[in-house]
Amino acid sequence: MTLLEIKGMNTYYGESHIIRDVDMSVKSGEMVCLIGRNGVGKTTLLKTLIGLLKPKSGEILFDGNSINRTAPHNRAKSGIAYVPQGREIIPYLTVEENLKLGMEALQGGLVKNKKIDTFIYELFPILKTFLNRKGGDLSGGQQQQLAIGRALLGQPKLLLLDEPTEGIQPNIVKDIESAVRRIINERGIGVLLVEQHLHFVRQADKYYAMQRGGIVASGPTKDLSKSVIENFLNV
Amino acid sequence: MQLIVESLFNGIAIGSVLLVAALGLAIVFGLMGVINLAHGELMMIGAYSTYVTQLIFKLPAFQQFYNSYIIVSLGVAFLVSAVVGIVLESLIIKRLYGNPLETLLATWGVSLILQQFVRSVPLAYGTGLIISLIIGLGLPIILPKNLFVSHQSKFFRLGIWSISVVFGLLTANGLSSAISKLGRSSSRNVDVTAPSWMRGGIEFWDITFPVTRLVIIVITIISVIAVSWFLNRSIWGMRIRAVTQNRSMSECLGISTKKVDILTFAIGSGLAGVAGVAVSLLGSVGPNVGANYIVGCFMVVVLGGVGNLLGTIIASFGIGIMTDLIGAGRLLEIWPEMPSSIASTVNFFATTSMARVLVFALIVVFLQFKPAGLFPQKGRMVEG
Ligand SMILES: Nc1ncnc2c1ncn2[C@@H]1O[C@H](COP(=O)(O)OP(=O)(O)O)[C@@H](O)[C@H]1O
Ligand SMILES: [Mg+2]
Repeated sequence: MTLLEIKGMNTYYGESHIIRDVDMSVKSGEMVCLIGRNGVGKTTLLKTLIGLLKPKSGEILFDGNSINRTAPHNRAKSGIAYVPQGREIIPYLTVEENLKLGMEALQGGLVKNKKIDTFIYELFPILKTFLNRKGGDLSGGQQQQLAIGRALLGQPKLLLLDEPTEGIQPNIVKDIESAVRRIINERGIGVLLVEQHLHFVRQADKYYAMQRGGIVASGPTKDLSKSVIENFLNV
Repeated sequence: MQLIVESLFNGIAIGSVLLVAALGLAIVFGLMGVINLAHGELMMIGAYSTYVTQLIFKLPAFQQFYNSYIIVSLGVAFLVSAVVGIVLESLIIKRLYGNPLETLLATWGVSLILQQFVRSVPLAYGTGLIISLIIGLGLPIILPKNLFVSHQSKFFRLGIWSISVVFGLLTANGLSSAISKLGRSSSRNVDVTAPSWMRGGIEFWDITFPVTRLVIIVITIISVIAVSWFLNRSIWGMRIRAVTQNRSMSECLGISTKKVDILTFAIGSGLAGVAGVAVSLLGSVGPNVGANYIVGCFMVVVLGGVGNLLGTIIASFGIGIMTDLIGAGRLLEIWPEMPSSIASTVNFFATTSMARVLVFALIVVFLQFKPAGLFPQKGRMVEG
């Protein structure tokens, strides 16, 4: 089932045209990877999907409904979770409070949901030991796990991940990869991943390659050729 | 010794007022980066609400409860100032978000308008207006939500606002005929008289502590505890803290930042109202009463640091005590045999306004050495 469908989307920062006529789709249970060099517009695309930026034209369909006019907090409530580049942990809130904020996206928000689902500690055991620390005091890798855990606690249907392994120790990269894989298998959610790390890219089912804001290549990840990789990843 | 304790006590009472008002200011500033120059006028509105509440409690129907009017007026002042704050936020500040300079000018304009409003509009009509706003804004929250999604929602809204206008007019007319003082506009100061149990003082070690000031201190303690409980323990408090620290991410997590903005503004403004109750107990109430405190509030926020409760407390008591020591000429009373050269200087500053000038000059000098205030935020998060 098609979960997310983007049709002819164009996004601008003021006068500068960033996203150009992008068509894209993500199915439930599918991991889709968006690749492209720095500055081509991958982050801009994800920001448009969560609603931080407004597209100038085109349509975003989520679960069959147009969400172009939906505010970000309502997109979150309808089942889109966003793990931004740079993680954006709320720095002076504790790890526990940060995790709870993820539950705002659930039906009834924090008023109706009070207990943190413990599966999150199975995925990322480190979070349980640091529950009372301030989010801003964690290391980069720990913050990334927190950001993903926080997103998953909202039980999203679609997870947007922006460079989750950027600047993170290799052993944590592995944990993150397997956590994402496991969630897709167990919950059947769709994932749109922006990634530079080849090993992680290879885990995806499908890829889209972006150049100067437009999609220039796409297909199953197993067909990803050496030349495409050299062209679109910063390796 | 006696003099010193008395002086400290007075300073703490003045500092208490500053503290409550500055808490409200800091909450709003921390969240939206908005410097609300109309904060003093929200205090003024709180003070006038106390005055109106007091007059209503003098009516025969309520006379028997007269002694408790001050407790009722705390709630009334919070509500009234909060409502005015909500209107201010949704009509003006929301539109200027991200433009600090324009916000500054606009809120300054609002402060002048509010001052002129209480000068030229009879308090009865002001009260009527507030009643209309409370009903108009409150009914949609109380009534079931599905009334407003139906195709008749426009008529519902219209109906609600008509009801609230009618109620407002009834209140205004009722008040102005029942209490003639409220029916006329006046720019003269009014006086809130404390109920009998608050007059006089309590004696301790030969020192008399005026009860009004004790009450002010108690109000402050309760407000500080309530605010810190709300911010640190409640769900809305957590939402406010999250939005304060990272607005766009909070929105992406499913928090309605618009609602948080309105609520925060309401609470910040409501605290100004509570401070207004205290102000009305310290002296007479006039259109400028808020303007007298606003600079002090800003100084407290700058000195104590935004989002730093301990800093805010120390800064407000420090400023309160210093203003009282210098302004009331207490230094001379405490130390009568001081050399005449110093004594004349002390005398020169021994008026309320000169004392303020001196205290602010001292703060400016202090900030030269510690630009981040008394307690700069430390740690990885600030550096990174
Ligand atoms: N806030 C902004 N204002 C203006 N231009 C921006 C802003 N953020 C990013 N850009 C520009 O948009 C382009 C795409 O950026 P981005 O989406 O962050 O790229 P990527 O994530 O693919 O590295 C870049 O050329 C960048 O300079
Ligand atoms: Mg990026």
